[in-house]
Amino acid sequence: MLEIRDLHASLGDTEILKGVSLEIAPGEVHAVMGPNGAGKSTLAQVLAGRDTYTVSGEVLFNGVDLLALAPEERAVAGVFLAFQYPVEIPGVGNLYFLRSALNSIRTARGEEELDAMDFLSLAEEKMKLVSMDRSFMGRSVNEGFSGGEKKRNEIFQMAILEPALAILDETDSGLDIDALQTVAHGVNALRSPERSMLVITHYQRLLEYIVPDRVHVLAQGRIVQSGDKGLALELEKHGYAGFEVAAAP
Amino acid sequence: MTEISSDVRELASREYKYGFSTDLDEDVVPRGLNEDVIRLISEKKNEPEWLLEWRLRAYRHWLTLSEPHWQNVHYEPIDYQDISYYAAPRPKPALQSLDEVDPEVRAMFDKLGISLAEQERLSGVAIDAVVDSVSVATTFKATLAKAGVIFCSFSEAVQNHPDLVRKYLGSVVPYRDNIFATLNSAVFTDGSFCFIPKGVHCPMELSTYFRINAADTGQFERTLIVAEEGAYVSYLEGCTAPMRDKNQLHAAVVELVALEDAHIKYSTVQNWYPGDAEGRGGIYNFVTKRGKCAGANSKISWTQVETGSAITWKYPGVILQGDNSVGEFYSVALTANHQQADTGTKMIHIGKNTRSTILSKAISAGHGQNTYRGLVKVLRSAEGARNHTQCDSLLLGAKSGAFTFPYVEVKTPTAQVEHEASTSKIGEDQLFYCRQRGIPEEDAVSMIVNGFCREVFQELPMEFAVEAQKLLSVSLEGSIG
Repeated sequence: MLEIRDLHASLGDTEILKGVSLEIAPGEVHAVMGPNGAGKSTLAQVLAGRDTYTVSGEVLFNGVDLLALAPEERAVAGVFLAFQYPVEIPGVGNLYFLRSALNSIRTARGEEELDAMDFLSLAEEKMKLVSMDRSFMGRSVNEGFSGGEKKRNEIFQMAILEPALAILDETDSGLDIDALQTVAHGVNALRSPERSMLVITHYQRLLEYIVPDRVHVLAQGRIVQSGDKGLALELEKHGYAGFEVAAAP
Repeated sequence: MTEISSDVRELASREYKYGFSTDLDEDVVPRGLNEDVIRLISEKKNEPEWLLEWRLRAYRHWLTLSEPHWQNVHYEPIDYQDISYYAAPRPKPALQSLDEVDPEVRAMFDKLGISLAEQERLSGVAIDAVVDSVSVATTFKATLAKAGVIFCSFSEAVQNHPDLVRKYLGSVVPYRDNIFATLNSAVFTDGSFCFIPKGVHCPMELSTYFRINAADTGQFERTLIVAEEGAYVSYLEGCTAPMRDKNQLHAAVVELVALEDAHIKYSTVQNWYPGDAEGRGGIYNFVTKRGKCAGANSKISWTQVETGSAITWKYPGVILQGDNSVGEFYSVALTANHQQADTGTKMIHIGKNTRSTILSKAISAGHGQNTYRGLVKVLRSAEGARNHTQCDSLLLGAKSGAFTFPYVEVKTPTAQVEHEASTSKIGEDQLFYCRQRGIPEEDAVSMIVNGFCREVFQELPMEFAVEAQKLLSVSLEGSIG
């Protein structure tokens, strides 16, 4: 499904990712954990196609060279990023935005567009997943949303777009325990043998709800250790301090 | 911002969609301005003596004036002697129906997608079409006449309703108002006149499409709308112009008068030729628009979507004279390439408990320079007056500019005046977010810009709102390389 080989990414003169390699099979959920500044969000942004980074290495997504695609082409290919900080787009209705997104993707795939009525019933069904009420529909994209509402909105969008690869960038940050459970419930409902997930988090807490198949520790731009879900618990106990020393050149 | 810069380069190279000119048989007065030219215009239009005198007074006053320099726009000096002040299609017999309209004129409207026949059949909107300076067709007159509404060209009004014209002409914008209004008063050739009698709710939206056609002919329109006690009218003005090499001066005057309990809603979509990618050519849009809420509880709303012209310089304002009267100004101004806009409003509070709302949305792309300039003046008599002003600017690319100059003068302690302003760049973050969701960059730019303007579009009549959104999208079309 996803093969990352020796991925480097720099912002100006600063190298942030220094050779990341990772493979995710269909249906697997991988967690990437690490201290602040390790490059976790950079990894998410680079995979989604943010062009502010200078990137080298190789990323194959179902055999396709992902790095050669524009962000919208990656979305068409099935890549979805749940943003750590979802942006506000004043004056653009949430549902209008999402229908435009879905229909852009469908058109690019040569599928028929969904009309307003069909889309509405799809949206109503998917909103239940993350306990969103109808008032979300009329509001502008993320405008005036609380932190928790923004994160729920991301998962709602993911449910509509049904990506092959979902990258969740610190979806747990800023959530209280109730909101965390709601979001995790939504994510778990979307787990399937065809859908892979890359869950990026600083804390082990999220992984109690979204149980990963593999856990990777990212420190100073490299993956320094990989293991099963037990690794996350170990990190909780000992912190990242040891890894930062280990990763130092 | 690399990608946005390339957007903007593309935006700068977009071609003006309506750049064509129609070969009409024109009747053009030689270039230059003097009393003889004014006498000639007045004579050609068979005007009464008082109107000629008024024109001449304006002209003599104009000779004493010089152009102001406080505005935030730059242009080559205008040679007023190099302009022809009158152009009319050759006189024809009066028209009984649209079929009698010059086929070339019809074809031109077809090209613009505003064919009169279609408008008449489908939309129920009456159009008083102005080609250059003479009205060629007026529709729906019968329906309007039944309601007692007068909607005709200014020239016809002078012939058929001279007392009304004489009573209200210059009552809101006096001929001494400013150099361009003064020039207009001296040389105006035609325009629209609209009168809604007491208690009448105008049965349809009134619409005028203006066209500038003859080369190097300055166009001096004059519009006068009067709503008597309790009357209501919604008036739509939309414009396009053919491509020209030389700058064309457009100095129109619009006067609105609302008596007690009357409501006038005036909406504009302006898409005149903005000049080429280097900023050559394009219309100078120096317009004076003002309304007077003369009676208590009256209301005047200006809504404008300004995407065209090389230079837009106008401040549609409201004089709030009647107690409890309401003035509104909703504006979207888009400047791309080398376009410049210095626009805003003037709200003059005189009556008690008068209220005004100002909402300005400015979008700058390329080298576009966009200035909001607004005056809120509350006189001592305007006890309990309230104003709310909001000015938002959106920048596309690094070379565009946005400026806000709010002027506030308050003479009464019971007034309440609020001002909010914001400036934002169309964010990399917003664009990336949209694109990550699968929305192509060009669609994303259009979506974000339209979202930014939504509050203003909501104020437009339905068909105009659709047109305005299309216009913005077309203006941003091809913005992705």
